[in-house]
Amino acid sequence: MKGFRDIEHLLRLAALFAVGVLVFGVARAELVPPTFGTLGHFRAKAIDEIRAKPIEYAGQGACAECHADVVDLRAKARHRNIACESCHGPLATHAENPADVTPKLPVAPPLCTHCHAANTGKPKRYPTVDIREHAGTESCVTCHKPHDPRIQ
Amino acid sequence: MDSTRREFITVGSRMFVMTAVGLAAFNDVLAGTPEKAPSYNTADHWWAMVIDIEKCIGSGHCVRACKLENNVIDEPHYFRTWVERYHVDPLDMDHPTVDSPNGGIDGFPETYPDGGRGKAFFVPKLCNHCADSPCTQVCPVGATFRTNDGVVLIDKEYCLGCRYCIQACPYGCRYLDPRTNTADKCTLCYHRLTKGLQPACCEACPTGARQIADLKNPKDPVHEFLRTHQIQVLKPQMATGAKTFYNGLDGSVR
Repeated sequence: MKGFRDIEHLLRLAALFAVGVLVFGVARAELVPPTFGTLGHFRAKAIDEIRAKPIEYAGQGACAECHADVVDLRAKARHRNIACESCHGPLATHAENPADVTPKLPVAPPLCTHCHAANTGKPKRYPTVDIREHAGTESCVTCHKPHDPRIQ
Repeated sequence: MDSTRREFITVGSRMFVMTAVGLAAFNDVLAGTPEKAPSYNTADHWWAMVIDIEKCIGSGHCVRACKLENNVIDEPHYFRTWVERYHVDPLDMDHPTVDSPNGGIDGFPETYPDGGRGKAFFVPKLCNHCADSPCTQVCPVGATFRTNDGVVLIDKEYCLGCRYCIQACPYGCRYLDPRTNTADKCTLCYHRLTKGLQPACCEACPTGARQIADLKNPKDPVHEFLRTHQIQVLKPQMATGAKTFYNGLDGSVR
């Protein structure tokens, strides 16, 4: 035991090391969130938190459940492939509570012109008009019914 | 029992290590919560977006729908998706004029005279949900990540707001939300996808220019579309594995 004459130095160093490891272990357990690293280098619970966000747009399926008449009306019209909420806005609250939430009617001129005002960027085949020349100050819905825009 | 002390220590320490590893694995099983929902399994999906430039009319429906669905701050410069209008002059094809008035949320004013030289077209932009995204690699705390089904998300609870990811994104798809001081961007409407709904922008698009695509679903019409069209991604030289596919993308688009 001649080589271990000053063993208390080594013991002190070992104790310090052990304390360091302990502090690291406690700090890590405290600071790292419980689900961190289970699915990758991130907090797995965050995925559930993002999924839990409520929806605003109910989706076309929800609209068609009750409004079959409008779906039929549009079946042969040129607007048939446009989702209801594209024009009527997000209505998940209405789909959940049809009696309590009454949707507001969209206002024709800004809504129609978003798509149908002439603009050089638009594809050539897409139907557009120069609004002032086409309708003057008249509203679009005077002549065109939005669900079936063809003039009868 | 005639085992030596050495044997006892070796076997004992092995059992200790094995128990610890087993416990850790069991914790993973318990924490794998996205698989809890029986109808949605992350391993069955690989999400992408297909954008058909030839169908985009620049109506801004997608921008409005995105802001309403995701409670994006209703001011210019905060967009999860936006629409750009390119105008390419044939005498200077390398320097197209790009405008995006308030992200195209109210459509575009008629700026370029029809019949003049050059061409104009719309390019909707959003997070490319890169398979090897630079933004997730630079996050110092692991607050942004790609899920098993190919969607890049942000953990708003864990984000420090250091803005590294905003600088790292080659597509400019991220911004700092001033309300929470955390990074924000398109989630591909992950809360809708996992409920079986399409993202709000695709729902609102009147011409079908934006289509959500599940590349792991063999019945998805995207496969036929990819076979019959020439598809490009933005900045392929960055090797980000971008998954927003453009049909009819002009070479001048950056």
